[in-house]
Amino acid sequence: MVKQVKQLDRVTIRFAGDSGDGMQLTGDRFTQETASFGNDLSTLPNFPAEIRAPAGTLPGVSSFQVHFADHDILTPGDQPDVLVAMNPAALKANVGDLAKGAAVIVDTHDFTARNLAKAGYGHNPLEADDLDEYAVHPVDLTGMTVEAVKDFGLSRKDAARAKNMFALGLLSWMYGRPTETTTAFLERRFAKAAQVRDANIAAFRAGWNFGETTEAFVVQYEIKPAPMVPGTYRNITGNMALSYGLVAASVQSDLPLFLGSYPITPASDILHELSRHKRFGVTTFQAEDEIAGIGAALGASFSGALGVTTTSGPGVALKSETIGLAVMTELPLIVIDVQRGGPSTGLPTKTEQADLLQAMFGRNGEAPVPIVAPQSPADCFDAAVEAVRIAVTYRTPVMLLSDGYLANGSEPWHIPEVADLPRIDADFATEPNHVAPGTGKAAGKDTREFWPFLRDEETLARPWAIPGTPGLEHRIGGLEKGDGHGNISYDPANHDLMVRTRQAKVDRIADTLPPLEVDDPSGKARVLALGWGSTYGPIGAACRQVRGAGFDVAQAHLRHLNPFPADLGDLLRRYEAVLVPEMNLGQLSLLLRAEYLVDVVGYNQVRGLPLRAAELAEAITGLIESTTHPASNGATRGARQEVTS
Amino acid sequence: MSTVELPLLGRPGTAGVPTADGPQNRKEYTSDQEVRWCPGCGDYAVLAAVQGFLPDLGLRRENIVFVSGIGCSSRFPYYLDTYGMHSIHGRAPAIATGIATAREELSVWVVTGDGDALSIGGNHLIHSLRRNVNMTILLFNNRIYGLTKGQYSPTSEIGKVTKSTPMGSLDQPFNPVSLALGAEATFVARTVDSDRKHLTEVLAAAAAHRGTSLVEIYQNCPIFNDGAFDALKGAKDSEAANAIIPLRHGEPIRFGVPGEDGLGTKGVARDRETGEIRVVDLGSAEGWSEADLVVHDAHAADPTTAFALSRLTDAGYLHQAPIGIFRQVERPTYDDQARAQLVTAAAANGSEQPLDKSSALAGLLHGGDTWTVV
Repeated sequence: MVKQVKQLDRVTIRFAGDSGDGMQLTGDRFTQETASFGNDLSTLPNFPAEIRAPAGTLPGVSSFQVHFADHDILTPGDQPDVLVAMNPAALKANVGDLAKGAAVIVDTHDFTARNLAKAGYGHNPLEADDLDEYAVHPVDLTGMTVEAVKDFGLSRKDAARAKNMFALGLLSWMYGRPTETTTAFLERRFAKAAQVRDANIAAFRAGWNFGETTEAFVVQYEIKPAPMVPGTYRNITGNMALSYGLVAASVQSDLPLFLGSYPITPASDILHELSRHKRFGVTTFQAEDEIAGIGAALGASFSGALGVTTTSGPGVALKSETIGLAVMTELPLIVIDVQRGGPSTGLPTKTEQADLLQAMFGRNGEAPVPIVAPQSPADCFDAAVEAVRIAVTYRTPVMLLSDGYLANGSEPWHIPEVADLPRIDADFATEPNHVAPGTGKAAGKDTREFWPFLRDEETLARPWAIPGTPGLEHRIGGLEKGDGHGNISYDPANHDLMVRTRQAKVDRIADTLPPLEVDDPSGKARVLALGWGSTYGPIGAACRQVRGAGFDVAQAHLRHLNPFPADLGDLLRRYEAVLVPEMNLGQLSLLLRAEYLVDVVGYNQVRGLPLRAAELAEAITGLIESTTHPASNGATRGARQEVTS
Repeated sequence: MSTVELPLLGRPGTAGVPTADGPQNRKEYTSDQEVRWCPGCGDYAVLAAVQGFLPDLGLRRENIVFVSGIGCSSRFPYYLDTYGMHSIHGRAPAIATGIATAREELSVWVVTGDGDALSIGGNHLIHSLRRNVNMTILLFNNRIYGLTKGQYSPTSEIGKVTKSTPMGSLDQPFNPVSLALGAEATFVARTVDSDRKHLTEVLAAAAAHRGTSLVEIYQNCPIFNDGAFDALKGAKDSEAANAIIPLRHGEPIRFGVPGEDGLGTKGVARDRETGEIRVVDLGSAEGWSEADLVVHDAHAADPTTAFALSRLTDAGYLHQAPIGIFRQVERPTYDDQARAQLVTAAAANGSEQPLDKSSALAGLLHGGDTWTVV
């Protein structure tokens, strides 16, 4: 039959099912097809912390959302336009998030009384008026899958497991996705199990063919490729990009990478990924605990490697003492915190940005640590390289704050040329740096010595002298050291000097930071939206919506949280109001107020999910409307007087 | 899951560490820092023994690294003119693991105490031992907390009255040798601060061992636990001879105040009924003779007998303890195997040429499904 083709500029699809239904794989494959087609895209996997929660229950629902478009997009989408629900629980857990009129494709096979009850339905929503607001497509996905693969000799249970590929085939048809990559993927994935391979491919094709032939689906959609900067692209998750960034930084600094790590969600994938790249000289050490992970990494740094540890918030708590030791010994060290919902065990698989103050202050004593945060999944690559640059140049631990959304979310990545990556110079000390005049009998005879805490005048970094270098034998440790010579010192004035010097060293990093980029297309904005980390996408999308409605708003985003860029204070003071959206209760707001005495306005949510652009746009618009224009009546609000006067 | 066998045995502990160009002396290993332990502290004797022993090791001084945790003994690295790190409480084995794994050409030593290694750092100690990272751990056991001024430690005897236990401590103490054997250690020894010769012999054997060598050193704290090891100290014909059970590989375990033949009058044998290891009196009515004594086998693959010997140590006030090398067996080390995996991975591209990392990086970044926008 001839199908109608409709043009769309963007679509958000959510695949939802049981944890065991393969929804993450389905979403990932659809994403790869979409990426190779050339749409811009952004994804949001969402899964329970339980590995296999009881089948058919609400806690067991796993989903994968993908937003793709013919233009550049910034978020995985607020409200899905399409929901694929593999069972009653998946329908119930997700239907509330849908836009009105959204398409709901339901596998009717599991809508039995027992499964409806498990999901908490007292009735069958497909037979009642629950879904009247949506375009519901009830399809027996499981039944048709079993029929399609019956020739491969699988058990009924195994045959039914290919239903996710049937669903993928159907959606691939609906949105005109190329299928070659998925077929090739299935051939690779199940190379050793011919039956399973053939069944999955058959199910995938059956899904496509069903779409093409059935009268249940009359419309096929077309979303043209998005214009993108010329170059080679791949789709990449944050954890993958971060891993690649670390390998790249290792190559660019000629420092062998040493990862000391303890498995923790959502950071473990970095350990997994790096352990696959030993040919680059990458050592991965799965330690007995978080403390040993960072301890071994710091030992490796002391011996001249690029020491890295990866964790999430609870692990940072355990590593705090060693981070302090790295501050005190002034050794390069990368601490990666893939933030998740807290406190304590919190929400292991959900996202949050509530470790900023922990990264900033979570140690005893005055222990400044530079903080870098990526703004999108692909940006994790550049953020990792930048963290290594700071750590190596300034001989300091650096905290890299990713989060659960960045870690598992994905987007197209414009692959950089290796030649364009920055070189990082470890600049190991190779000879004595100090002359000690002889005294007593040795008067007049100078001795050349090595002083481990004699600093570079520009960066205040101390020399990195690694074991094996003759003549530079020295001892470092957690006790306070005398300025220059580095021997233990309890002198009050020396401690005051050393505390201030360690702070000044971190402050000087700001000298090397580029000016902040401000996005203010009209140049007339009086309100600034300022964020950090993974909120970049939602804030950017919200600002576009606000501008689309005829208002002016400026956006800026912080990559460096400590030290702040040198021009941040001036930027804040240029605007009548500054909105700081964060997935915490106002941690950046607190730092900005303390540092600049600017009364920024917080927009705070801790739902374990990325901010929703539409809601944020309302908040921005509200702030614009409530901001008094000084030119109109000269009045300023008391709390913001310093800003506007 | 599959396992990969990597034959990496038969190398001494210092293999891969560059040797010195000429003879070295104690002075070269002495830093310019003033030693600040209490007068009479057993740590002085151990420091002197180590400073005297390191020149004999014949390694380049810049390739030696001492790592310590927190406690009196952990000041040790400051007094040696090698590379050193005085780290944080209990974590020295973890830090040393990173150093030893990252750099084969370094000789790595850990200095720790009973509180540092067995209390706050217990986890790192046992995991270092099971991994068999190539390093030597000197565990100074004075059975007390010194730096915090006299609380009981995890090796203090039950009932010990200290500042924190005015009515006596309630904790069953660890026997560090038993613990190490239980943690799959490949080299476990015990020595005494006051016996310079024995201490040096054990250090030499520990350094020569490839893997984690644990050396427990009984060390007197004259301020907070003075005399804890007095029963072991004294002339060869004194009561001390009845307290020290010397272990020498390949020799029957015989000790005690010498009899008419000039040899010890005690020994270690298996009980005829239970088979358990115990101390026996030679020539007593029970009829024990030299032929009944257990011949010490430090190289036994099964650590059972070594463990039984370790249990001859008094848990309470020390009246009796075996001294020497309990166990010394070969097992591939973690760090050798980790480095071998890097070599294997780098060679996997089939090329004889060393990996060009820049082009390999470009290949990595362009891996997976890519598309090009023109």
